Amino acid sequence: MNAPAVAIIGLSPESLAKIDKAVAKYPPQEKQSAVMAALTVAQDEKGWLSTETMDFVAQYLDMPPVAVYEVATFYTMYDLKPVGRHKLTICTNLPCALQGATNAAEYLKQKLGIGFGETTPDGRFTLKEGECMGACGDAPVLIRNNKQMLCAMSNEKIDKLIGELK
Amino acid sequence: MPLEIEIDGQKLEVPDGSTVMDAARLANIYVPHFCYHRKLSIAANCRMCLVQVEKAPKPLPACATPVTNGMKVMTHSDQAVNAQKGVMEFLLINHPLDCPICDQGGECQLQDLAVGYGASGSQYEENKRVVVNKNLGPLISTDMTRCIHCTRCVRFGQEIAGVMELGMIGRGEHAEIITFVGKTVDSELSGNVIDLCPVGALTSKPFRYSARTWELTRKPSISPHCGLGSNLTLQVKQNRVMRALPQENEAINECWISDKDRFSYEALNSDQRLARPMLKQSGAWKTVDWQTALDFVAKELKRVAAAHGPQSIGALATPHQTVEELHLLQKVVRGLGSGNVDFRLRQSDFNADGKLAGVPWLGMSITEVSQLDRVLVVGSTLRKDHPLIAHRLRQSAKRFLKLSVLHAVDDELLMRVAHKSIVAPAAMVDALAQVVKAAAAARNSAVPEMVLAVVEKTQVTESAQRIAASLADGKNVAVFLGNFAQHHVQASQLHALAQALAEIIGGRFGFLGEAANSVGGHVVNAVPMINKSENVANAAQMVANPLKAYVLLGVEPELDMHDPRQAIAAMKQAELVVAMSAYQHKAVDYAHVLLPISPFTETAGTFINTEGRAQSFQGVVQPLGETRPAWKVLRVLGNLLNLSGFDQQSADDVRVEALGKEEKIVNKNNYLLSLPARETTSGSGLQRIDETPIYSADAIARRAPSLQKTRDGQPPVASMNRVLADKLGLRDGDSVRVRQGGGEAVVAYAVDDKLPGDCIRLATACEETAALGATSTELTLERVAGQQKVAV
Amino acid sequence: MGLSIGLPAVPFAKDLYGPDALIMKGIDGTNWRLKGYESLGGYQALRRIFNEKITPENVIAEVKKSALRGRGGAGFPAGLKWSFMPRQFPGAKYLVCNSDEGEPGTFKDRDILRYNPHSVIEGMTIAAYAMGIPVGYNYIHGEIWDVYERFEEALEEARAAGYLGDKILGSEFNFQLHAHHGFGAYICGEETGLLESLEGKKGQPRFKPPFPASFGLYGKPTTINNTETFAAVPWIIVNGGEAFLNMGKPNNGGTKIFSISGDVARPGNYEIKLGTPFPKLLEMAGGMRDGAKLKAVIPGGSSMPVLPADIMMATDMDYDSIAKAGSMLGSGAVIVMNETRCMVKSLLRLSYFYYEESCGQCTPCREGTGWLYRMVDRIEHGKGRNEDLDQLNRVADNIQGRTICALGDAAAMPVRAFIKHYRDEFQYHIDHKKCLVAPYI
Ligand SMILES: Cc1cc2nc3c(=O)[nH]c(=O)nc-3n(C[C@H](O)[C@H](O)[C@H](O)COP(=O)(O)O)c2cc1C
Ligand code: SF4
Ligand code: FES
Repeated sequence: MNAPAVAIIGLSPESLAKIDKAVAKYPPQEKQSAVMAALTVAQDEKGWLSTETMDFVAQYLDMPPVAVYEVATFYTMYDLKPVGRHKLTICTNLPCALQGATNAAEYLKQKLGIGFGETTPDGRFTLKEGECMGACGDAPVLIRNNKQMLCAMSNEKIDKLIGELK
Repeated sequence: MPLEIEIDGQKLEVPDGSTVMDAARLANIYVPHFCYHRKLSIAANCRMCLVQVEKAPKPLPACATPVTNGMKVMTHSDQAVNAQKGVMEFLLINHPLDCPICDQGGECQLQDLAVGYGASGSQYEENKRVVVNKNLGPLISTDMTRCIHCTRCVRFGQEIAGVMELGMIGRGEHAEIITFVGKTVDSELSGNVIDLCPVGALTSKPFRYSARTWELTRKPSISPHCGLGSNLTLQVKQNRVMRALPQENEAINECWISDKDRFSYEALNSDQRLARPMLKQSGAWKTVDWQTALDFVAKELKRVAAAHGPQSIGALATPHQTVEELHLLQKVVRGLGSGNVDFRLRQSDFNADGKLAGVPWLGMSITEVSQLDRVLVVGSTLRKDHPLIAHRLRQSAKRFLKLSVLHAVDDELLMRVAHKSIVAPAAMVDALAQVVKAAAAARNSAVPEMVLAVVEKTQVTESAQRIAASLADGKNVAVFLGNFAQHHVQASQLHALAQALAEIIGGRFGFLGEAANSVGGHVVNAVPMINKSENVANAAQMVANPLKAYVLLGVEPELDMHDPRQAIAAMKQAELVVAMSAYQHKAVDYAHVLLPISPFTETAGTFINTEGRAQSFQGVVQPLGETRPAWKVLRVLGNLLNLSGFDQQSADDVRVEALGKEEKIVNKNNYLLSLPARETTSGSGLQRIDETPIYSADAIARRAPSLQKTRDGQPPVASMNRVLADKLGLRDGDSVRVRQGGGEAVVAYAVDDKLPGDCIRLATACEETAALGATSTELTLERVAGQQKVAV
Repeated sequence: MGLSIGLPAVPFAKDLYGPDALIMKGIDGTNWRLKGYESLGGYQALRRIFNEKITPENVIAEVKKSALRGRGGAGFPAGLKWSFMPRQFPGAKYLVCNSDEGEPGTFKDRDILRYNPHSVIEGMTIAAYAMGIPVGYNYIHGEIWDVYERFEEALEEARAAGYLGDKILGSEFNFQLHAHHGFGAYICGEETGLLESLEGKKGQPRFKPPFPASFGLYGKPTTINNTETFAAVPWIIVNGGEAFLNMGKPNNGGTKIFSISGDVARPGNYEIKLGTPFPKLLEMAGGMRDGAKLKAVIPGGSSMPVLPADIMMATDMDYDSIAKAGSMLGSGAVIVMNETRCMVKSLLRLSYFYYEESCGQCTPCREGTGWLYRMVDRIEHGKGRNEDLDQLNRVADNIQGRTICALGDAAAMPVRAFIKHYRDEFQYHIDHKKCLVAPYI
């Protein structure tokens, strides 16, 4: 048997199906357009984007690896390092700050015992500072794992959230 | 319709589609810039070229602003200069300003422009950015903190080299240039980014810290490597070549050179250089003076001629020798009464000899290559053997060119290949015959008589059909034979078929010249002249039927010849081997005298490139030690042999004698006049695909340490497809024992599923495979169990 | 994941969008599906076009008549933009909707997409018909993922009902519309950065010319409009351009959704007639939170110059009036600040934003945004120098108008406006190494 030197880096069939669906949105010769979707799907499955994962995406979409890396580092919601099970990103931009986001951010830091860009030792939470999420009216706003927006996050709601997220 | 524009008061007309920068260049007005480069796409990101345009509310970048009719531009108005100064200030705030220790110092665009546009002191008092340095491999040294984000290097990769090895990751102030994590830069054109980088972020690693630019004198030269004849500027300090740079020549290399042209110079200063004549006396090598050495050579040649007849003497030269050297070599040999002289060392099929009108050449000028809209390249490791011809094809492949490839390997060409046919070496003739047949059908024309027999009986496959259809609908078509086709055991058949194909589709055909002087060797008749009914041997015959005496001009037989095993055997049995070489090499084992001759930097000479252009050059440094230009050595040898016609005073005299006074491109034709005999090939069993690796092709490149450290310089491995590897039972960590022509080699293996079945790809021209016989001989493979590597 | 905390955050008030609403009229937070949209008269515009065989030229003429201006920031007349599209162009052409709403203070497109997605689909289909475009994409801000998913659902509904796809409503017109999501980059709101992103690259803006109308997505002619721009189109087709124009003022036709954030009692989206006085809008938003005193307003998104209270209170909310007052309507994001707010700290947060969001390709923006941010940061933290304020203006001058895209301007304009109107506050920070106003936010 020819034992592979490293574990095979591919993605699950479900993930690949999602990527294929994204690819189908664009003209056949423009597969690269699906790279953001593909990286998102890959990140959802793997938790973060390792070099190997990006290599795989590059191969899957027929792109130079560097071009994938360029994309992955340009958009802030891709994680190029492992993050906690729950990545909480809070918008601290001016409109939100005027509506309590600064306090909410402080409260989160203190409650989780970590600063921005850090992960709790138990690997549960990563806290990130975000830029405008286009939801200023609902400030303070948090995004959990890139996909779930949580609005009007008062201290009580933050308590409740932290309690619910295991 | 041309457009009128006024720049700095100067009125001129420019073609529609011009930018303000184009117009300024036409008007000879310098607009400062960093990101703009005329061979790259427009990025307009540095903003250094901001100029004032009448009626425009803000300054506009000259590089990206299209000229409109009646436009008025001021490149030095207050508004323009203010904007330029503002940009310069921004560029400098995060730049380390470490010019005294920077290799770019003295030739830095940022430094130059800062003098003109910078303020005396910076008002930036915040912390400067520091960027983690990157490892781009053995050729390019980096200092990314100096990067000004012009993205020239990134665009070069994408647009010229065809491979995006560099990218700019991150964004904003954190944006930085990288290669993909942990990978080095492997393009055969990579060194050009050093020239492109306007600051000292990307510099030459071999050149690092070795000289300051103002200490260097610049001398023009011509590349001695591939058939293109790239124009070089060699930079010299204290009689040492310190650096090779491109000399712009739009008709040949444009502003680029290959890495081989750029970094081979290291070998000129190699400690393997042979610096004094040496003579083997009672089994031991002794340093002698030239007089002694040449007296010995003359005496021995005369002796051998007298004892065994002049036909027992043969001379072999590499196609990297100059016109002057090759001319005098054949003159000496013929003067002695022998016709055994050849430079076509890797060729194995000589059936076209005597049937060729003219010489094998490109069949067109290099610039014409850029205009072709349909091309079939037969048997060529295109990127590695002809980096800049590949580049020209790549540029047109983006637009109008449909490229087809017929080859035994399916390497990434980094350009769009429209059609391909990948077959085992022995099937190449048939594959090309199929294309001929299909093309004749498509064009409804007769198959030329010469190849009718081969073509008639072939079955057209779909890939051949597609290639033929593609060629048939072109307007400007060519068929090229690459090095692999020229070395093929049925090279003359491929030649005849390529010629027939070109005839049918009304295109041209040509040879992608293997070496700097492949055309020149033919022009000066450094080949056995079969048509002159000499009783002569060609390069292959000279070693297959060993002679008594050999004169080797630059040749390392085990690395340069088609059958290394036979070549070495022939040398070992000879009574006399005269090795003329710039390097001390394996000849110490079998030669009787070693004569140190000048590499191209230490002599004047001429190369005739693949398009037939004769380019002469002067030496740029004094010969090393006792080294002498080979043309002088050969002239003196002619005198010592009492031959007539050896009174030339200079390389120039020799050139005029060989080529005549005309500087014009030599008039060529490369048509076969009659049908070459068919070589029968086995076509069954295992076959070897034996290319010459890019950095093993000639004596200089072989000894350039930095090139040898690149991926292309790694020791050869036997590649094969999975089926064959499984058949041999190969596992990770195993090696293969390759036996061919009575010799063997043990090498690592690799799986390449793009290879045709029952083939191994294993390079020639390397020490590791030098013991093997010719590729046409029988091949066997065997697993050599290795220690099982543990998965990591 | 079944969290107890989800959408919508704020209880949905029936009159949230105000009595003048056209786009958001009848929207109650639950009726976003096709049925709901149809019951409010949705897709009548599209039907009308096909039933009455209204020509593409006439559709464009109607939009021109409405004086609908682009709602994405620059306010370019939509009908005029549509007329630039080479109609007879033989190859591919594209229509793109810019839903990458990322300008701080702007959150109207999110509401349109989550509560009224079919208005955008219908508007885009009409636009595609008018310009003869077969394929479109809606580029949706990555941070509002749930909205992206909802929009995908709405697309499925529209396809199933024959409002999208081949032979729409039995006509000969085909239009394929897809959703594309961003993933965290403000610059992708800039139209050419958006196109690059849509092509699967970094969202680095392109130098213009060429403009998207000739060289857009995949190098093909492309028209890009904001979400709200498209959402207004169905109403215009049903009720006529004239009627829309009459809702607003000449050159400022129709209603506009303003996103009000900051120190007001009821932050949110309010759709009002262009030309409505600012005090009226403030009142709709419940006035100042806790009855505080108004200090400053950024009337058009964070990139636009800030205006002091007195100027703002005398200004009408339309393109021309706000421009006259010294700022811009931009994306219609109204950021309200009360008298306790420190202007240095406010600018610091904005400068940090542009520094973080610069795409990094062009020199003045890449280098200049960091310089601005660091200087403001020093001033805020008591390390300001006397020459800093002039230096800030000088650096802003060296950025503005010299960059590839308008992000450079967006970074420079707030700096100059904040210093212009609140120089004393900045000077106080420099002189006293502390803040003039009460402890901040
Ligand atoms: C830095 C920057 C950010 C922008 N962000 C947005 C945005 O989030 N949404 C938007 O519709 N337009 C945005 N724009 C404006 C767009 O470039 C473009 O003008 C607009 O999408 C055109 O649509 P409209 O004519 O319908 O307004 C931005 C422009 C710049 C320079
Ligand atoms: S102005 Fe800024 S965001 Fe716009 S292109 Fe230049 S660097 Fe990128
Ligand atoms: S040379 Fe024009 S912007 Fe760089």
